[in-house]
Amino acid sequence: MKEPRTDGRTGAGRTPRTDVPAGTGQTPRTDGRTGRRGRGRAPQPYTRLTHPLVRDARDEPFRRAGWDEALDRVARELARARGAFGMFSCARATNEMNYVAQKFARVVMGTNNVDSCNRTCHAPSVAGLSAAFGSGGGTSSYEEIEHTDVILMWGSNARFAHPIFFQHVLKGIRGGARMYAVDPRRTSTAEWAESWLGLDVGTDIPLAHAIGREIIHAGLVNEAFVARATSGFEEYRALVEPWTLSLAQKVTGVPARAIRELAHAYARAERAQLCWTLGITEHHNGTDNVRALINLSLLTGHVGRYGAGLQPLRGQNNVQGGGDMGAIPNRLPGFQDILDPVAREKFESAWGAPVEPHYGLNLTEMFEAMEEGTLRAVYCIGENPAQSEADSEQALRRLRALDFLVVQDIFLTLTAEQAHVVLPATAGWAETEGTTTNSERRVQRVRRAVVPPGEAREDIDILCDLAARLGHQWKYADAEAVWNELRSLSPDHHGMTYARLEEHQGIQWPCPSPDRLEPGFLHGRLWESDPGLRGRRAPFGIVRHDPPVDLTDDAYPIRLTTGRRLDSYNTGVQSGGFASPLRRGEYIELSPEDAERYGVVVGERVQVASRRGAVVAPVWVDPALRPGLAFMTMHFPDEVDTNQLTIEANCPIAGTAEFKASAIRIDKLPVATVVR
Amino acid sequence: MTAVPLGIPRRLVEVSLDGRPVRVPEGATLLDACRAAGKDVPTLCQGDTLRPKNACRVCVVEVEGSRTLVPACSRRAEPGMEVRTDGERVRHSRRLVLELLASSVDLSTTPGAAGWIEEYGARPDRFGPDAARVTEEPRVDNELYVRDYAKCILCYKCVDACGEQWQNTFAISVCGRGFDARIAVEHDAPLPESACVYCGNCVEVCPTGALAFRSEFDMRAAGTWDETAQTVTTTVCAYCGVGCNLTLHVQDNEIVKVTSPHDNPVTHGNLCIKGRFGYQHVQNRD
Repeated sequence: MKEPRTDGRTGAGRTPRTDVPAGTGQTPRTDGRTGRRGRGRAPQPYTRLTHPLVRDARDEPFRRAGWDEALDRVARELARARGAFGMFSCARATNEMNYVAQKFARVVMGTNNVDSCNRTCHAPSVAGLSAAFGSGGGTSSYEEIEHTDVILMWGSNARFAHPIFFQHVLKGIRGGARMYAVDPRRTSTAEWAESWLGLDVGTDIPLAHAIGREIIHAGLVNEAFVARATSGFEEYRALVEPWTLSLAQKVTGVPARAIRELAHAYARAERAQLCWTLGITEHHNGTDNVRALINLSLLTGHVGRYGAGLQPLRGQNNVQGGGDMGAIPNRLPGFQDILDPVAREKFESAWGAPVEPHYGLNLTEMFEAMEEGTLRAVYCIGENPAQSEADSEQALRRLRALDFLVVQDIFLTLTAEQAHVVLPATAGWAETEGTTTNSERRVQRVRRAVVPPGEAREDIDILCDLAARLGHQWKYADAEAVWNELRSLSPDHHGMTYARLEEHQGIQWPCPSPDRLEPGFLHGRLWESDPGLRGRRAPFGIVRHDPPVDLTDDAYPIRLTTGRRLDSYNTGVQSGGFASPLRRGEYIELSPEDAERYGVVVGERVQVASRRGAVVAPVWVDPALRPGLAFMTMHFPDEVDTNQLTIEANCPIAGTAEFKASAIRIDKLPVATVVR
Repeated sequence: MTAVPLGIPRRLVEVSLDGRPVRVPEGATLLDACRAAGKDVPTLCQGDTLRPKNACRVCVVEVEGSRTLVPACSRRAEPGMEVRTDGERVRHSRRLVLELLASSVDLSTTPGAAGWIEEYGARPDRFGPDAARVTEEPRVDNELYVRDYAKCILCYKCVDACGEQWQNTFAISVCGRGFDARIAVEHDAPLPESACVYCGNCVEVCPTGALAFRSEFDMRAAGTWDETAQTVTTTVCAYCGVGCNLTLHVQDNEIVKVTSPHDNPVTHGNLCIKGRFGYQHVQNRD
């Protein structure tokens, strides 16, 4: 479903357009097939930052500054903030930039407080996969889904959010694969499914457990695999035993027969792929959800073979790579644990500086530390947390309370507007050289095609300049030099020279050898007959159902979930720049039954309130929604700030907020302003 | 069992091309064989990412023992085939096809067409000024791409790309018969009222420029489109995490067109609306 909503480097016209009522001049269609016929309004897009901006205090206006003045100021403030510093790195910038950013935090600032917007989306996938298999990447390649037998799309509207991945799914379906869609909404992905399991928001674990129980009771467990490659099966069997089909039907809303059919299809398939997106991860127990899905692959042996695997679909061009490069608080580059003294020593000798022997704060914890006053300065690169964090009012307040905020971006986002210093950067994908890593762990070359505007400089260049002002002379001739340093430290990337990346149109990690390519799937070791080669057993996750934190009741009777649309992206800073004929602005989408119950019609503006805030939005009616379920995006925060409604109930393991489940109420406005 | 399926081993088959022996893998087409041997065969409806449609007949070659000329794009190479690619019969047929097409539609933006017309001595004007010709104004009904029916040769590549072979959106199809046949959306409506999702994958495969990016169309109209002044750079899309490769066509430091490599393992030449058209934000410079 939806994807992380951060990143200043993305965007929709931010200038408030209150003078243009949504949907003007176009009667929105209500056939629900698309609801995308409303004409896009003329975008008023962000324009590029072309020179540094500084101000002495937050109540002053920005003034234009030279690079020396701006960087001197940043260096001075950061030097003062040692011990209370946090780095927001960028899941949309290159691997090379993320490598340098985490090195800046660890070496120059002496802290592991470095993270990025992966926290708002797929951190639970990384946490869940590494707990089970010791590695945080998706286990399969896109191509494998064309050759599989059963495809589960769970909490993923890939048809809209990952359209080109879904073309691989369609190839599979055309080749005879059966696809099952598990989603509260009957999405455009579900239109291609054998069967759509429309579960209630936040009941993924009961559904997964019921599927597991049915597989066990039907005698469809891959017993050899379970005995040889997994641990904790007996405990898992006891855990799922209460989840009968009829109980699951009661809790999830999915008919028992449909659950049974899915269980049998998945377990009996020769090969099966289980894909998920933010419908699984953006919950207060996102990591538990991921573990519950992984359990099904362990039960059936659908992992570690060609065509059989687990595929979390990442929402940003480099959210995989940012983590791989160590721009996360608990891992060094190459996914090496900070608590491992051998790994630490390797980096310390390469960097000539000590690495703090404990985990840093993640993005969510950094925001909490701002509240407590223990984090006083933030260096934010290419992210827009003021609009992307759940409970955005709170995030904005916390950013404003900082002693020093420096934002490095290509636009003056709402986050940048809170800064003391704004540094103009280049667009990672079109104005710099480097690499990014996609959802199938494929590292691909990014190349400079256009010259950046004005005085904008590359992220790495800016970081190195700052490091020099703080006493660390880093000499990188170019991005390739950074990459080669990373290759010397990360065995998984060692074999990927720029020349080879070019030759093979990208290489998937792991790639330890400069003259060999590994299979495109991970964890084939689990199938080795030699226990030594098989390695660590994959444990079943013993996770329990925990309903959404924000309960629905008489005062807030509707469940609001969030997601992406086809033509827009995250906070809209980037996608607002082109005139999409599909764009129709923000709506509160209701089921036909609820629209009738509340007496509202398409285009009518209503107040949408949660326990945290209220916004006004026009109504859309979508028959893909079931009664009691509403849907919004986060693409148009300057028109309708959806994240004023969402709840900051965080996954305790991964720190991701429960964007997918808020309780809301719909109220008609005193004087109905029906826009037709 | 190998970790990755290797597929069925493919033998080499030997055919004779204009009297010279050529070996190609089993399953290869005569067009593959011609190209591997460095022979230039004109094609219009053939697409490297699409199944052969056999619509345009401009790629025909002569096969010994075959009563009719065969389309090279779809005929598989068989052992012992004797193929002639440049005989008078082939040249005559190609000339006629080019004359019929060029007299009825505008091939001015079809890469290679002018050269083929010259090479085969085609005279599209020989049918006289009264020859039936599609004269229709380009349809400009959205900001992203344009449909110019005066350039459409009805090759069906866009229909296949939009339909089951790639996009599976089925926004466009063929309607009408004979000379009235045309590619259209349902009820021949403007695009914004159709099922189109603006992936531009039809534009990617269009061989004649009948489907054109609005940026290219406007620049051609203004006389500023200059491919010799363009750089072509392949990078990775900045939207979701799928990692689609984008080829940015840049003129005067402005991105003017986005395509994708047809042999790319992620995209196979296909993109979505964001990757294809969502580049403008980097060049909103003031």
